Amino acid sequence: MIRVQRLTKHYKVHKRQPGVLAALRSVFRRRFTTVKAVDDISFEIAAGARVGFLGPNGAGKTTTLKVLAGLLAPTAGEVRVKGFVPNERRYEFLRSIMLVAGQKQQLLWDLPPADTFELNRAIYGIAPAEFRERLREMVELLEVEDVVKKPTRQLSLGERMKCELVAALLHRPTVLFLDEPTIGLDVTMQATVRRFVRTYNERYGATVLLTSHNMDDVAALCERVMIIHHGRLIFDGTLADLVRQTLPEKRVTLRLAKAVPGGDLAVLGRVVEHRDDAAILQVRQSDVSDIVKTALATLPVLDLNVEDAPLEEVLANVFAGAEAKRLPEAAS
Amino acid sequence: MSKRAVPWYDLLVTLFKVGFADAVAYRGEMFVWLLATNMPLIMLVLWSAVAAEAPVGRYGQREFAAYFLSTLVVRLLTGAWVVWTMNLEIKNGQLAMRLIRPVHPFWMFAAENVAAWPLRAVMAVPIGVAAVWMVGGQYFTRDLRQWALFPIAVLSAWLLNFSIMLVIGCLAFFWQSSFGAFEVWFRLYIVFSGYVVPVDLFPRVLQDALRYLPFRYLLAFPVETALGTISFTTALHDLARQWLFISLALAVAVVLWQRGVRRYEAFGG
Repeated sequence: MIRVQRLTKHYKVHKRQPGVLAALRSVFRRRFTTVKAVDDISFEIAAGARVGFLGPNGAGKTTTLKVLAGLLAPTAGEVRVKGFVPNERRYEFLRSIMLVAGQKQQLLWDLPPADTFELNRAIYGIAPAEFRERLREMVELLEVEDVVKKPTRQLSLGERMKCELVAALLHRPTVLFLDEPTIGLDVTMQATVRRFVRTYNERYGATVLLTSHNMDDVAALCERVMIIHHGRLIFDGTLADLVRQTLPEKRVTLRLAKAVPGGDLAVLGRVVEHRDDAAILQVRQSDVSDIVKTALATLPVLDLNVEDAPLEEVLANVFAGAEAKRLPEAAS
Repeated sequence: MSKRAVPWYDLLVTLFKVGFADAVAYRGEMFVWLLATNMPLIMLVLWSAVAAEAPVGRYGQREFAAYFLSTLVVRLLTGAWVVWTMNLEIKNGQLAMRLIRPVHPFWMFAAENVAAWPLRAVMAVPIGVAAVWMVGGQYFTRDLRQWALFPIAVLSAWLLNFSIMLVIGCLAFFWQSSFGAFEVWFRLYIVFSGYVVPVDLFPRVLQDALRYLPFRYLLAFPVETALGTISFTTALHDLARQWLFISLALAVAVVLWQRGVRRYEAFGG
């Protein structure tokens, strides 16, 4: 479905010092630097998969998404989406994909979303009866019956994003690129968007590639994650593998009936957090059952929970590790 | 994935309908813009004052009135603002949302501009009728063939204007902003299109040279067709030249667009 081989995308960026003199100099002599937004990455994604594309700001996620959506031409490498070369932007390719960006909109600002839906019906050549049926289904799923006839500019961010999704999916794209789809949304809206994307993927077998800084999006939607850092792919696998490889230790959360001394906790494992009524320990996976037994026997435990380290922490570790590895390489 | 289930004309009609709804949403601003197209009226006052003593070339006061009121009508009907749309969308990355749709953005831009015609006509048609009524029918052509040619000349003038705006808009791919180029173009247009001075008041050498430049085909040609100051045969020749410039501008726009999109960086998240 999606095949990327040795993709590289460089930008030429005009660079100058601040100040009037530098501005004046730049009129006569421009200095450009090359930014390696994406640097020799390869991957494949099967039809129907939901994949998370993670990385810090400026890592190259959105650039990769834009290359896959045909908005940017690669500097080098080969990209195929459903057999098409994206930046040739063939009609059949454009009919089969969609990019939804949390910070860009296709809804017409001064008109109600219903007008954008109608425009997309005509653009994608959807038969009227089919259009009505698809619209009814999505409007119901996203609960936007009451907002589609209000001018877009008067909608809340969450309502707009829901309508963006309706507009984006009316033509039933089989490849969906989502760039920060829950950015700025409240938790209820985030959950609705996630549920909707998941339903769409399962119902229509669409391939979903998602970038997000919101780890709840990733945990809820993505079976597989790819991590990009400074334009290079540094991890490609399941979420479970990522956690296992990066922070394999488990987190044991204890809710305590009364405060206990730090020393009593330290004998069980590394103390991540310690309050009067609760503590979090980090322990080796193989030691979990023994430590749980000991904790229950020796401490005033009201409740106990064992889970993986939070994804944010896992990712922070991945990025820190990659950065530590990169700096000596860059210096040499 | 299903094939296109509705005909292409459905797309054009819908683009027009949605574009009209958008134009109506901005109706207040649109009318202010149209009112700002008042240069021909200012020129009418100035040239009428000049012609009060004696005619200027073949233009007396009434001839000037017929000329500048016709100029106003043609200008109102041939306006295009795609340069602004393109500059804004290229700069802020919003163009990406047009590029991912399976319709060439030129069609969308065209529909958005054409959709404003009914609103423009609301202002232009009464001015045209008033011009004939006030000035007198004898100052306009009585050749029915030329009246038949007039709307074609106006439509073609719009298409030429729109195509040139596309060319200038595409320059924003390469220069970040092409408003400077537009300003240069617009100043040349004001002088050489017949907007402030009827082209036939220029020296003969310049008049001849202007036949080989696009400016007069944007304004003076449709106006002269309506006034009957050029023969039907000359009008047909001008129409052919007008389409030559349309073809040329469209070809340049397509090439610039293709190259521009290749280097477009779809800025912003």
